[in-house]
Amino acid sequence: MPEIKNYTLNFGPQHPAAHGVLRLVLEMDGEVIERADPHIGLLHRATEKLAETKPYNQTIGYMDRLDYVSMMCNEHGYVLAIEKLLDIEIPERARYIRVMFDEITRILNHLMWIGTHALDVGAMTMFLYAFREREDLMDMYEAVSGARMHATYYRPGGVARDLPDAMPQYLESRWRSSKEAGRLNENRQGSLLDFAEDFVSRFPTYIDEYETLLTDNRIWKQRTVGIGVVSEERAYQLGFTGPMLRGSGVEWDLRKKQPYEVYDKIDFDIPVGTNGDCYDRYLVRVEEMRQSNSIIKQCIQWLRANPGIVISENHKVAPPRREQLKADMEGLIHHFKLFTEGYTLPEGEVYTSIEHPKGEFGVYLVSDGANKPYRLKIRAPGFAHLSSMNEMAQGHMLADVVAIIGTQDIVFGEIDR
Amino acid sequence: MDFLVSIWEWLHEYVQYTIYSGVKALAILLPLFIVVAYYTLAERKVIGYMQIRKGPNRVGPKGLFQPFADMFKLMFKEIIIPTNSNRYLFIIAPVITFAPAMAAWAVIPFNDTLVFSNINAGLLYILAMTSVGVYGVIIAGWASNSKYALLGAMRSAAQIVAYEIAMGFALVGVLMVGGSLNLGDIVNKQAGGIEHWFFIPLLPLFFVYLISGVAETNRAPFDVAEGESEIVAGFHVEYSGMTFAVFFLAEYANMILIAMLCALLFFGGWLSPVPGLIGDGTGWLFGKTAVFMLLFLWFRATFPRYRYDQIMRLGWKVLLPVTIFWLVVEGVAVYFKIGPWFD
Repeated sequence: MPEIKNYTLNFGPQHPAAHGVLRLVLEMDGEVIERADPHIGLLHRATEKLAETKPYNQTIGYMDRLDYVSMMCNEHGYVLAIEKLLDIEIPERARYIRVMFDEITRILNHLMWIGTHALDVGAMTMFLYAFREREDLMDMYEAVSGARMHATYYRPGGVARDLPDAMPQYLESRWRSSKEAGRLNENRQGSLLDFAEDFVSRFPTYIDEYETLLTDNRIWKQRTVGIGVVSEERAYQLGFTGPMLRGSGVEWDLRKKQPYEVYDKIDFDIPVGTNGDCYDRYLVRVEEMRQSNSIIKQCIQWLRANPGIVISENHKVAPPRREQLKADMEGLIHHFKLFTEGYTLPEGEVYTSIEHPKGEFGVYLVSDGANKPYRLKIRAPGFAHLSSMNEMAQGHMLADVVAIIGTQDIVFGEIDR
Repeated sequence: MDFLVSIWEWLHEYVQYTIYSGVKALAILLPLFIVVAYYTLAERKVIGYMQIRKGPNRVGPKGLFQPFADMFKLMFKEIIIPTNSNRYLFIIAPVITFAPAMAAWAVIPFNDTLVFSNINAGLLYILAMTSVGVYGVIIAGWASNSKYALLGAMRSAAQIVAYEIAMGFALVGVLMVGGSLNLGDIVNKQAGGIEHWFFIPLLPLFFVYLISGVAETNRAPFDVAEGESEIVAGFHVEYSGMTFAVFFLAEYANMILIAMLCALLFFGGWLSPVPGLIGDGTGWLFGKTAVFMLLFLWFRATFPRYRYDQIMRLGWKVLLPVTIFWLVVEGVAVYFKIGPWFD
């Protein structure tokens, strides 16, 4: 009898479940995975190197494009690093706006995750449900920054501008009757905060909707319970962060453990799993969406009550207001200097990290005193998670690999950078 | 007219018979193709609305001509044959899947008299035909010389063997009540209103049959043979143009067949639920079939996909014992001549 050999299956980069450009080389024994070997680098865009050639502020836009489903959180990590090295004060209102948009981003990311994860496991309706809500959240991005995805909204010293008093409206067109446009504009009559409040009040019912489709679904449970189990100890050793770590039962959240911005003033809980399998991570993320929702609600209340400036008055870092530019010579000089040369950071190095929707997003910045970084190193949470692919997938079947890719919530923008 | 009649009479008896059968076959198959075409549109529309979107609405009014646009597109696409594939088997595989899917319609009765071929072993014939279809899938997977296709073929082979047995046992239950293998006789046995239909005494078998039917046709949540997110398109990953379209046609024709068999075997076929109020008619059969066809779509929009080994477990360890248990129960019921069904 001839010897039965394992065979190699190239999974991706062109594969419907590769989440972009993952290339997995799978060594398989029939349907069972013997070894999974992830290959990365197909989306490498040299973000870190590009940052070394530009003034600090011009790199903010590149941060959006790292993890392109949680844009503002990436910006936040980068902006925090600059602020820490500059040692400047940020207005309280800007802190709340940042927290609010961090949580909006977290919901955006988790919706994308739940949609694609469910789609990978075969429940395609979830994907479109999730995108219905993403639409509203992206409208908030658009209202505040003009861009639906790559916002470039956070700036060292605060945020680019205050929350708008009016939402953009849908217009009547050949494809949209005035009745339809009116229906779409119904909750867009007030300010951004009104729109956000309306969303926050609706969103829990949407989460319930997702849960009716998945949480108690026998097939969903069969596909996720006991799949890709990572013990608490191994989760530490593999460098897991975020929901991946919490799914394994570790209560670790940077928002609680080393609060940045105003997270210490906000009331929220950290959901923690017990078994460390795909199902627990699913439950953790769903609960995180509910918690984010309540954080946004608290931020809206505070922001309504406390108007004020949203960016530092220190014009060595943050640009002066438009009026100052017209009337004040110093303002004009500040503006000119900031938008040509930029600002310089004191010599030194700094590491900041935030609780990104996917885990700990860290920025390590070395400055030699110039107006651009000497070195910028980004710690992408997805990289550590993807590294565990072999361990998580071994002994499982081909269909489980897809579920594991889904549960790791991988985005190649940040892994390949 | 007389001229045509004289030509007809001049023809040999066998030729007459062949032409007559050909016309009858076309009268079944052409409407079937149209139903398949619009079933694909219905699928996209129904799932679209279930997923809060509209589905195709650009081709013709409300997208009604979409199936024709799809058809023309597929017809004009190049048929790509992979270099290292087995050319002959690669081309023959879709035909092997398609032919039995069409042939099975020969014994389907549309009402008391309207049936292409009223044979006594109709049910056996259908079981045989639906089983042959899997050879096309296996050959397609093997001939493509692609690992994804081969995985799909292996999954499909194992799955269909498992579910064929459960389905066969479920149909044995129908035979025990119906007392015949002829589909027309089975339907006529259910005459006398909704309480006489076989789904009442055979409820567990009906569910087993429905689930096996979904699995037989490789539809969600049992679509592991073409599991989009795992093995891309499974056994037909290398197929394009008309070769792909033929697989597609066969799949949808099979879905309609399974739906119609559900209506015939368990829900009284063309019989009216309240015979005193509304008369029997083929309309009833089509209406009942449409409900089951809708179920196929509904499943697809709702459920995640099973894993390959879980499908096997469901087939062998759940469905099969259920059918065997119910056959015993039914045997007892037949022995004691219970209810309106077993006397």
